[in-house]
Amino acid sequence: MTQTEITNEVFSVTKARLDFPALHQEIHGRPLVYLDNAATTHKPKSVIDAIDRFYSRDNSNVHRGVHYLSQKATGQYERSRQIVQRFIHAADEREIIFTSGATESVNLVAQTFGRKFVHAGDEILISEMEHHSNIVPWQILCEQSGAKLKVIPFNQRGEIDLNGYAELLNPRVKLVGIVHLSNTLGTINPVAEMIRLAHSQNIPVLVDGAQSVAHLPVDVQSLDADFFVFSGHKIFGPTGVGVLYGKSHLLKTLPPYQGGGDMIHSVTFEKTIYADLPHKFEAGTPNIAGVIGLGAALEYLQRWDLREIAAYEDELVNTATKALKQIDGLTIIGEAEHKAGVVSFVMENIHPHDIGTILDMEGVAVRTGHHCTQPIMDHYKIPATTRVSFAMYNHLAEIDVLISALKKAIEVFR
Amino acid sequence: MSEIRELYQELILDHNRNPRNFKKLPDANHSSEGFNPLCGDHYHIYMNVDENSVIEEITFDGSGCAISKSSASLMTSFLKGKTVAEAVHFFDLFHDVVMGKIDPESAEDELGKLSVFAGVREFPARVKCASLAWHTMKAALVEENKPVVSTE
Repeated sequence: MTQTEITNEVFSVTKARLDFPALHQEIHGRPLVYLDNAATTHKPKSVIDAIDRFYSRDNSNVHRGVHYLSQKATGQYERSRQIVQRFIHAADEREIIFTSGATESVNLVAQTFGRKFVHAGDEILISEMEHHSNIVPWQILCEQSGAKLKVIPFNQRGEIDLNGYAELLNPRVKLVGIVHLSNTLGTINPVAEMIRLAHSQNIPVLVDGAQSVAHLPVDVQSLDADFFVFSGHKIFGPTGVGVLYGKSHLLKTLPPYQGGGDMIHSVTFEKTIYADLPHKFEAGTPNIAGVIGLGAALEYLQRWDLREIAAYEDELVNTATKALKQIDGLTIIGEAEHKAGVVSFVMENIHPHDIGTILDMEGVAVRTGHHCTQPIMDHYKIPATTRVSFAMYNHLAEIDVLISALKKAIEVFR
Repeated sequence: MSEIRELYQELILDHNRNPRNFKKLPDANHSSEGFNPLCGDHYHIYMNVDENSVIEEITFDGSGCAISKSSASLMTSFLKGKTVAEAVHFFDLFHDVVMGKIDPESAEDELGKLSVFAGVREFPARVKCASLAWHTMKAALVEENKPVVSTE
């Protein structure tokens, strides 16, 4: 099936900013400079309108009523599935499962794939730079099954040690879980190569795309990912909705995740027959407005040329990195050759939490802390970092505001 | 900038740069560990309490932001020589001030230098930084069995 990319407008940050109402406000009397996009992105008007329209007009349950509104809601809900399919270039829309977010998507795979394929003595392989949401579900599975969690190391620059990875692959490994784009280091991992290596030993791979979808063009088929997960709210959609992509032949073999309505074909007290994909994994009334909002977000993004957005974001990351390095006593954490979206740093004698407060008073929103990646903090022997994370609506001029706010922090702590 | 100076007063910056009582107390008869998992602030409080319930010695070590470190430094300076009952009383008073439950001026006579943390009440995200050492101290005194105190 061939896909045509919708690329009808030349990317312009000035134009894009106009689409996001929340960007245009003052915080502590200063224009908001929102640099916490790895935590969550703001929403374009079209997403807010789509959710508003659903609740004000089309509200109804999906997949059950014969009445007009139910059919309309079902149509919109399923249309979002097709939008997601096209966005990540999946082969079949039934490979798109809606969840509450990337976290639930990982838990779904851990519990269903785990129940079916992971036993005592088996191994699950994840990297040292995973978000807690791609660590803890596997720890729970290992506790339940008696399997072992093994960890792929990364080097001081924040790049996966591919030799170390290759050595860890062995027939006991039942699944590899790897983050596509690190939320703390900004590293773009060589997931295609890692998947190829795993597949050479018939090991399936789950890719955590929570950060990557908003920054890198994703093609699950060319990556050959077995599972790919992401959240709606980090790609300009609403919170509480996410996606699990899985190859259909794999998803078909898995037991259901949760039991309930909508996931069954027929129920008697003697035997229940489960529904086909994708409904087998979508028990209960789903987050209908959220799914419709996510569809609107991806449609919004596809108005632009995604390659132009990626190039512009590279410029943001490079400009910020260069400017930050000019500051005495500042160290960038994560200097991988291939990075996107994120720049983390620490400063001599000023704790990230204090930096966060002072930046906030200047209207600059950043994240400070361990970013749900405590093993990365342990690797660098630091308690926390300050993290600047970009979206395509950030202006180069906002980096100047960030730098002058950091200089104020230095002045306070001199 | 003035609100920032209101929070980061010179006394706080001084105790952050040169924390007092910043050492382990190997023969402590009360100690506790405090941790703020969200921002990574992490301290130990060590105390020697004599048979008359007087805090003879109180020290701390660990790492964290300027607010949490200076709070631990000023608290240990303040509580040395006080009784356990007084320490619990000052915990309550300090807590009420940083939480904005009482007017800081009404507590100024009792709290003295500790009143410098009154500015924290304007920064809700930082209240837990100022109170971490206090929670840890209280846990060391009254909840000896609780291994790690968390302000989350």
